[in-house]
Amino acid sequence: MTDLHIGTDRPTDAERAAVDAVVGGTLGPAVVVEGERLVRGGLSRRNDRRHLLLPALHALQRVAGWISPGGINHIAEVLAVPPADAYGVATFYDLFQVDQPGHDGDVTHVCVDAACQIAGSAGEVERLRAAGVPVEASPCLGQCERPVATFVQGRGRPDRVPADDEAGDASGSGSAGPTGSGAAVPSVPQSGQPGLRLLRRIGRAAGPVDPTSLDAYVRAGGYAAMTEAFRRGPDGVIDEVVTSGLMGRGGAAFPTGVKWRAVAGEPGPRHVVVNADESEPGTFKDRVLLENDPFALIEAMTIAGFAVGAEKGWIYIRGEYPLATRRLAEAIDAATAAGFLGPRIARSSFDFEIEIRRGAGAYICGEETALFNSLEGFRGEPRQKPPFPTTNGLFGRPTVINNPETLVNVLDIVTDGGDAYAAIGTEGSNGSKLFCLSGRVARPGVYEVDFGATLGELLDLAGGVTGDLRAVLLGGAAGSFVGPDRLDLPLTFEATRAAGLSLGSGVVMAFDHTVDLAAVVTRIADFFRHESCGQCVPCRVGTTRQHELLVELSSKPAGPDRVGSLRLDTDLLDEIDRAMKDASICGLGHTAGTAVRSAIDLGLVPATNGDSP
Amino acid sequence: MTTIDSGRSTGPGPGEAAGTPVALTVDGRPVEVTDGATVLDACTAAGVETPTLCWAANLTPVNACRLCVVEQEGSRTLVPACSRLAEEGMVLHTDSERVRHSRKMVLEFLGSASELDQAPDLARWSAHYGADPGRYGPAGATMDEEVRVQDDLYIRDYDRCVLCYKCVEACGDDAQHTYAITMSGRGFGARISTEFDVTLPESACVYCGNCVAVCPTNALQFKTEFDLREAGSWRPDDQTVTRTVCSYCGVGCNLELHVQDETIVKVTSPDDHDVTSGHLCIKGRFGWGYVHGR
Repeated sequence: MTDLHIGTDRPTDAERAAVDAVVGGTLGPAVVVEGERLVRGGLSRRNDRRHLLLPALHALQRVAGWISPGGINHIAEVLAVPPADAYGVATFYDLFQVDQPGHDGDVTHVCVDAACQIAGSAGEVERLRAAGVPVEASPCLGQCERPVATFVQGRGRPDRVPADDEAGDASGSGSAGPTGSGAAVPSVPQSGQPGLRLLRRIGRAAGPVDPTSLDAYVRAGGYAAMTEAFRRGPDGVIDEVVTSGLMGRGGAAFPTGVKWRAVAGEPGPRHVVVNADESEPGTFKDRVLLENDPFALIEAMTIAGFAVGAEKGWIYIRGEYPLATRRLAEAIDAATAAGFLGPRIARSSFDFEIEIRRGAGAYICGEETALFNSLEGFRGEPRQKPPFPTTNGLFGRPTVINNPETLVNVLDIVTDGGDAYAAIGTEGSNGSKLFCLSGRVARPGVYEVDFGATLGELLDLAGGVTGDLRAVLLGGAAGSFVGPDRLDLPLTFEATRAAGLSLGSGVVMAFDHTVDLAAVVTRIADFFRHESCGQCVPCRVGTTRQHELLVELSSKPAGPDRVGSLRLDTDLLDEIDRAMKDASICGLGHTAGTAVRSAIDLGLVPATNGDSP
Repeated sequence: MTTIDSGRSTGPGPGEAAGTPVALTVDGRPVEVTDGATVLDACTAAGVETPTLCWAANLTPVNACRLCVVEQEGSRTLVPACSRLAEEGMVLHTDSERVRHSRKMVLEFLGSASELDQAPDLARWSAHYGADPGRYGPAGATMDEEVRVQDDLYIRDYDRCVLCYKCVEACGDDAQHTYAITMSGRGFGARISTEFDVTLPESACVYCGNCVAVCPTNALQFKTEFDLREAGSWRPDDQTVTRTVCSYCGVGCNLELHVQDETIVKVTSPDDHDVTSGHLCIKGRFGWGYVHGR
């Protein structure tokens, strides 16, 4: 790879310095993947620097305001990545621009997905644009409890979320926090209530535990679980996780213990990856958890690494979460300084380190194999499964990949035992669950309930629906709409499965009769069209045709003026949905038609069939 | 990094011991393949023809078009024949309603987005599965790209592109290791591109033409073919194909000279040739002007 053809464009001094600051000195061990070539990869995967491509592109984008040809050429040279490849990766992500911006300021991203859409995001985009602010309409920014959400991509300075500044907990110094006795966390309305498990440090009556202080975390009982894990030993920890019946909280609900045991049984080196690329529209629980209790994730990851025999952990966090990213980075530094990370942790023989990688605006990178590709410096295109991550994960190695909420559950499982954990919740759904309440409810936010609570109870917890309930989006854009007749539905894995629904990532978004639901459904279709990676035909074209049909359905009356065969519109949508479900590579395509279908079934969109009522 | 494996999941080569046998069922018929064979291999062994687009014998499966999907009992979704390894006891159906529906839809989707009038295989399969791209109407998004004519050797007509990745693979890991082109963008906006869409002469392209050779829709064409088509004088039925050995160096690459009106109009190499696997260099692919005294 030494004879790469590099164009004549050269980087500016600032671009060169920014890239070198990220890449220089951090070159990791050689990543040589033998025999890992079931689909694509080959020689280009055997590059020990390529995994630094995303950090290098972030550095370039920040200093230059775009991915410049000179900057790409420099990155290509220092990472030994072909310029075309680097360009192909850069163009995959929303947060990287390959056209020179006409300004040298920050860019404000305004969320236009459901919760913000019904709170007037279109007007906010217009208002900012009229004020001369560079604006991009953005997919869900993971702040659905405080619409209209914005995210500011900094030019020459760190990215930031204005709502964090307003809450006074993102001063930039890293020292301020939602601390102080009795201070509530606005995104956690249950703050101060007894009985919380995952949120207990955030919701303490005496005031939330300072998320920037390792001492405060330890005083609140932190790192007791790791001590207990060391006492139990790796197999003992896995036994307890298996016994607990813990299932993944990212959406797929796979048994965590089964995953861990499989990886522990594979030859090393092994990896632990946290999938914090929370991008499902309506989901913000992981952001709230990581901003307010970062040490809990660091401790849980360390336990996971100990249990499966991994020396390295990675946190892949979405690029639009600057505060959570900073809190985690500070927590890693503090834990390392205190000997909770690094070589011979707590005087044991166990070594473990954690590295953070930022996503760059691509929903698909929450799909686990797309996440691996993204982290390795490739386009975030999902891989065919099998092989599964337990055998062929990050860098082709056996990999545990878990959602942050899933991992935080492990702390209590290790401390109290799997049996005690299994006693919480229902027969088929153990423990507690975080739900993301948004839309037309009185008190949007993250709520924790033991499994078994019904949809109606959860809405009541959030102060009830403001207005007459028309529908609830359950599980996110990849989930389904349900009507008011479903308020008695227990939000458990088994009850939702029996009803043909999914808990997904815990989204509960309420809509009343004043909401233009056809517009919401059309926006969901647009979301999938925008977020499809484009790799497989059923999803690349299917999401596009689905969106086009919905636009037609919403905008034109039934009749001969409709385009093409729209007399068959809902039948055609059904055919598209079936092909996407059956033939797409990954879960994005499989679920891209689910919410649309459910909306049509509920009569939320004018699903007019030209020939019949 | 001195060892290079092809990574292909093909059966044993000459002189290699046969692998472990794998027994499975295709459309009710028992078939046996060897360990490492794909579902596609099993279907072929069962005498079942499988439509493919992004698959080629001389490329690693990219698993993108999903035209070859088959139904596997016990699997929630359909599985891609080209890249799924055959497993003991698999029960496969290649002509179920689900399979026919997905194949029909993939063909319709392709036909509604890209110009396929120079892709006879896809036309044949579209007719077979009853695909009707027209039912999405004329207002739908299409590739909508200008023809890129940037040199005298080959042209790129991305209106015809189906984003099968074959050219990217042939330019990269699977043949040439030049990495001049990539998939860029995302979703329906994805396009094959050089860095910043610079012209081919400005890019890393070495004009081996291996991308042209693997293109299934004629999105990549010899300039000679493009010019003849523009002039209305491209007549494949009047062409002869003559196999010969390249005269430039001592490697011994086989060439197939496609000749119309006693003039070479394009050059290919047999996919199954053990020297080239269908791939050539710029001299063998494009360096035949001297034959005609040019």
